[in-house]
Amino acid sequence: MAERQELKVVGRPLPRVDAAAKVTGVAVYADDLHLPRMLHCRILRSPHPHARIVSVDATAARRIPGVKAVLTGQDLPIRFGILPVSQDERALESEKVRYVGDPVAAVAAVEEEIAEAALRSIRVEYELLQPVMSIEEALQEPPDEPIHDRAYTRQPANLHRRVNYEFGDLEAGFAAADHVREDVFFFQGNTHLPMEQHSAVATYVDGRLTLWSSTQVVHYVHRTLAKVLELPMNRVRVIGAVHGGGFGGKTDPFSHEIVVARLAMVTGRPVKCTLTREEVFYAHRGRHPVMMWVRTGVTRGGRITGQHWRTALDGGAYGSYGAASVFYTGTLQTVTYDIPAYKFEGVRVFTNKAPCGPKRGHGTPQPRFALELHLEKIAVDLGLDPVELKRQNFVKPFTRSVNWLRVTSCGLEECTEKVLAASGYRRRERRPGRGMGFAVSAYMSGAGTAIYWNDMPHSEVNLKVDRTGVTAFCGAMEIGQGSDSVLALVVAEELGIGPGEVRLTTADTDLTPVDLGSYSSRVTFMAGNAALEAARRMRLLLVEAVAEKMGVRGDLSEIEVGDGRVGDFSFEEACELATARFGALSSTGSYTPPRMGGPFKGSGVGPSPAYSYSACVLALEADARTGLVRVERVWIAHDVGRAINPLLVAGQVEGSVYMGLGEALMEEQAYRKGRHKWPSMLEYKSPTFVDMPEVETFIVETIDPEGPYGAKEAGQGPLLPVIPALNAALHDALGIWIDEVPVTPEKVLRALEAKSKGQPPRHGPKGFPAVDYGAPIRVEPPDPRDMRVGEELEAAFREAEGRRLC
Amino acid sequence: MLVAGGTDLYPKLKRRQFDPDTLIGLSGLEELRRVTGDARSGLRLGALVTLAEAAEHSALVQAHPGYAEAAGLVSSPPLRNVGTIGGNLCVDTRCNYYDMTYEWRESVGFCLKKDGDICLVAPGSPRCWAISSSDTAPVAIALGATVTLVGPEGERELPVSAPYRDDGIEYLAKRPFEVLVSLRLPPTDGVRTAYAKLRRRGSIDFPIAGAGVALKTDGHCVEWARLVMSGVGSHPVEAPAAGEFLAGKQLTAEVIAAAAELAAKPAKPLDNADLNHFWRKRMVRVLVEQALERAATQDQGVLGRG
Amino acid sequence: MNKFDLRLARPYAPQQFAMLNELYRDVQREALRLRVNGEDVEILVPVHKTLLEVLREDMGLTGTKHGCELGECGTCTVLVDGRPQLSCLLLPIQLGRNEITTVEGLGGTAQLTPLQQAFAELGAAQCGYCTPAMLLAATSLLRQEPKPTRQTIREALAGNLCRCTGYVKIVEAVELAAERTRHG
Ligand SMILES: Cc1cc2nc3c(=O)[nH]c(=O)nc-3n(C[C@H](O)[C@H](O)[C@H](O)COP(=O)(O)OP(=O)(O)OC[C@H]3O[C@@H](n4cnc5c(N)ncnc54)[C@H](O)[C@@H]3O)c2cc1C
Ligand code: SF4
Ligand code: FES
Ligand code: FES
Repeated sequence: MAERQELKVVGRPLPRVDAAAKVTGVAVYADDLHLPRMLHCRILRSPHPHARIVSVDATAARRIPGVKAVLTGQDLPIRFGILPVSQDERALESEKVRYVGDPVAAVAAVEEEIAEAALRSIRVEYELLQPVMSIEEALQEPPDEPIHDRAYTRQPANLHRRVNYEFGDLEAGFAAADHVREDVFFFQGNTHLPMEQHSAVATYVDGRLTLWSSTQVVHYVHRTLAKVLELPMNRVRVIGAVHGGGFGGKTDPFSHEIVVARLAMVTGRPVKCTLTREEVFYAHRGRHPVMMWVRTGVTRGGRITGQHWRTALDGGAYGSYGAASVFYTGTLQTVTYDIPAYKFEGVRVFTNKAPCGPKRGHGTPQPRFALELHLEKIAVDLGLDPVELKRQNFVKPFTRSVNWLRVTSCGLEECTEKVLAASGYRRRERRPGRGMGFAVSAYMSGAGTAIYWNDMPHSEVNLKVDRTGVTAFCGAMEIGQGSDSVLALVVAEELGIGPGEVRLTTADTDLTPVDLGSYSSRVTFMAGNAALEAARRMRLLLVEAVAEKMGVRGDLSEIEVGDGRVGDFSFEEACELATARFGALSSTGSYTPPRMGGPFKGSGVGPSPAYSYSACVLALEADARTGLVRVERVWIAHDVGRAINPLLVAGQVEGSVYMGLGEALMEEQAYRKGRHKWPSMLEYKSPTFVDMPEVETFIVETIDPEGPYGAKEAGQGPLLPVIPALNAALHDALGIWIDEVPVTPEKVLRALEAKSKGQPPRHGPKGFPAVDYGAPIRVEPPDPRDMRVGEELEAAFREAEGRRLC
Repeated sequence: MLVAGGTDLYPKLKRRQFDPDTLIGLSGLEELRRVTGDARSGLRLGALVTLAEAAEHSALVQAHPGYAEAAGLVSSPPLRNVGTIGGNLCVDTRCNYYDMTYEWRESVGFCLKKDGDICLVAPGSPRCWAISSSDTAPVAIALGATVTLVGPEGERELPVSAPYRDDGIEYLAKRPFEVLVSLRLPPTDGVRTAYAKLRRRGSIDFPIAGAGVALKTDGHCVEWARLVMSGVGSHPVEAPAAGEFLAGKQLTAEVIAAAAELAAKPAKPLDNADLNHFWRKRMVRVLVEQALERAATQDQGVLGRG
Repeated sequence: MNKFDLRLARPYAPQQFAMLNELYRDVQREALRLRVNGEDVEILVPVHKTLLEVLREDMGLTGTKHGCELGECGTCTVLVDGRPQLSCLLLPIQLGRNEITTVEGLGGTAQLTPLQQAFAELGAAQCGYCTPAMLLAATSLLRQEPKPTRQTIREALAGNLCRCTGYVKIVEAVELAAERTRHG
């Protein structure tokens, strides 16, 4: 986008547009809605990890006074799922249950307690099946029957997805190496734990369904409701209530959203369902547990010659985003490091656990943890400084990776410089028990392809201007990350007014044009670009009208827009002039990422119009006697392209560091006896105020050529380097490797014990399971300087067709 | 059932770990909110004194800093503003198969402590191994404090340790309607106290092990010492052997280490609380050492992130 | 001594369903007088309802949020006589004359308190869900300790979880508000 000389509101640390509502408690979240005659819904969930449903008898429940409706699986038979390839869920199961917490029946009653009590009168007869609770088990043939039908699986029968790609000549890559190293790692699953429990309220009036929900993506909920309830899309309205935190956990359409909608249709009354905290743990869609094996060849000097990955993801009971997640464990390694030959094999299996899905960093924190630690180990092998080893392999800006990912602006070097300088990493005191670790990462500014295949824009914005002022309409969902503020800032900047003067209507499918929602860090980039386009068009209308009045012809650039003025007129006057001149004023903007991926099937996962970069140094103290680790300080630098609002960016970075530390040290979605070990906020450990170290944040701006004002993402990337930086620091402090997340004190002691016995000084998985990954899809790497996208790229592929083996 | 602050009981009622017909709230008993006495004469704390009040009470902090510190380490600030010292002594034993919702417990199968007939932690065992989790009991017992119970049959004063039983279910040998009305802490008289607590996070969490120490020295050597641990059994576990060992010795690093070794022996953590139980067992020694060191220097602070 | 009946803890065995109607019609209700945000309010509520539920459902004070309803997250914090307490574990029947303050009792949109102002300015509220509780806990802290250190702030707020901010901006906002209050 064209660079403008002077930015008025963009780049300034302005308060969020929703700040006052949030600090006064007037913001209305989904569970705060209370509609006249509203009924309360509770959902009966499976107590068994794996069972066939023999019968469901809800007669007693229906007779309970105060109960207005009861639903069972028969009432909602149509399957759904976030990805078109994984339509494997039902709002209420009627055939079998696949994890403890799988929904089976629902009640709407005049009081929540009555609904709850009524659930207990529903008799469900189950035929128990052997549960499958680990990746290893799921890779065997199932003990009695597969978790899903053949339609959703491969061989062995609990295998959900398999991918296998080879980019460039791996054999040659390893042949060119002076040193080859293999490691195995395990990353335990964890969950988002938003402070707000999921909640949804539905009404059905005049044949129209309205649903308020704490969702991250109104559009996907909209599509799912229409499908499962068999309603035309124009009869369904989904409104995003003020959102109490998602982190990826509210990106799928959920059973309770569908259930309250159906109950509202059945009863003709508003119906609300708010999940209990325990149910939130079952709704999950959190971080996949992943086993990883990685092999890398390097030259004596530390230059990477080839890399080979194997991953195995524990997907839990349903597909969710899993078909994409498995790709993400293999695609983004090449966006930080220049790897000339690269192979990636991955599988995702079904197990009888709550379904995994996208959590902050979706599929990439696990391999990032493994990769950074693996490179640390290689540096030790070669006697090189790990920072220098990593650094010489950094990707260069404006290059294309071996797996066809187009890297544009890249602030890896600047980020690295910043954190090294601030932390004094090089001058650090070397003393047992104290250590520093360094790691880098990259993340997407929005996925380059939509979840369901289509050619439409990923984000659309409408602007309405009239004599009362400006309103922006956008389907994007404010989930705390500040997307509303970004929209207001972009529109305000272009129209030369204050952000407070921009009225916003967001995330309401009746009123706002489609946006694919708040996930994969896409909103600032995509909705920002759409808003920019709409605002520039509107600005032109205002300028034209003013120019006419001022008698300016030809070059309109001398008409200045800013500080509430358009040329010689106030902004309000300009609006009136333009309305008088053109009639009702509206403008639209949209953003469609160009095709960026390579010429092979599966190339849709990984490409993004821009990647953010982060570097992190972490200092800690570790006690060799107890194994306890205390993080002292974190320095983090993040290349956000441009900070449209530095306050929001810093907030996202700090929140990411927090979540990364939680994952590194304590958060664990653990299972025991077939069920979640501790579905409570007391036992699932989320760091408190006193567990959080000081964080020093540096914002690096590289002004991305395609981001709005040069902006890229900030909400997810900075989580990634924190985890490996911690493990690297632990090695610095105690000379041990913890090849597993989370790092508990017990694991530290085990590694120290191994060390003292002369065994490899590590704790982590012993090996990687045997997996049949099938034959790879071989892909010829691109010319690293080939920056073509969109039509140009497509044309090149067409031309190459037949000549190139893909 | 009696309820004071309700911070222990109410979550359990919501999870249906108890189903009493009647709850009797003690909160109206103003006279149980008082702290009387001083370091010289000993202090009497009414049972309804909140943990926050106890942690901040200047005479108490002066007299028995270890006790005040323990009170200040219970869960989190808003809970300490409501939770009482009486409730803390009577706090239910814990187990992560038991402190779960009704639905969860039903799903995994009810256990001995509530609604079921086996122990899920130790399936062969005829008894319940739920963990004594009071932060304040160890120091109170180590100090030789006493409690006054008032019931339909009158009033009695007992050592704090007396009502505890080594049973995860019937963990208090108190008659159902006996009210704990006060805790009497002895005069300071040169006695030093300290408490070390282990938990994953620096706030909110229950102790997964704790060590309370009271000792008196003659300036050089230990006259007497008492060590009591929480989180390692179904009752606050005393380590008399360690106490006897310390008597007559100087508190050198070696002596402290040896005492801690002895103290840790009776600790028997099981796999029913946060973090690995073998590790917890190893940590007991460290905690006892820390408590002893701190009592020796009468220092403040807690272990690790605790 | 408050003596009351409490039915919410009952497990519902199948044979009890016939009684359910009765159970809910005949729940013991109590007319209570609460002092909330400086106003006396009279309400008739089932005795087992928590303060959290009464505030949100009977009084429309939905600024008080919840994240667990079991005392584990701090999101439901209100002030009782100026001290932070967890409304999900309080029964109004035990409160009587105590002064209850919710977020609605701080400044309104028209005149934010210095803490609210600082939270807004520094971006200490992201999703904002933990914010009412944080503000109340911090209000209580600053009343007792106008010049808190970072460590004091962290300790005072340690019962309140936030998943968005990493606490960094919250600590900074409390510091800023403290400073402004001292100098203004
Ligand atoms: C999230 C969370 C974290 C916690 N963390 C800790 C922790 O770290 N350490 C810790 O020790 N505790 C912890 N607790 C438990 C509890 O908050 C404290 O133990 C508190 O001191 C209990 O006091 P209370 O007045 O609220 O007890 P209540 O809940 O009122 O009562 C607890 C039990 O004692 C009985 N009782 C209470 N008072 C009397 C009396 N005067 N006479 C006779 N019986 C009585 C009750 O009948 C009940 O059985 C935690 C609780 C929660 C919810
Ligand atoms: S120790 Fe055994 S019986 Fe006791 S609560 Fe735990 S599982 Fe139940
Ligand atoms: S709602 Fe979590 S502590 Fe009250
Ligand atoms: S701002 Fe979202 S939980 Fe704190």
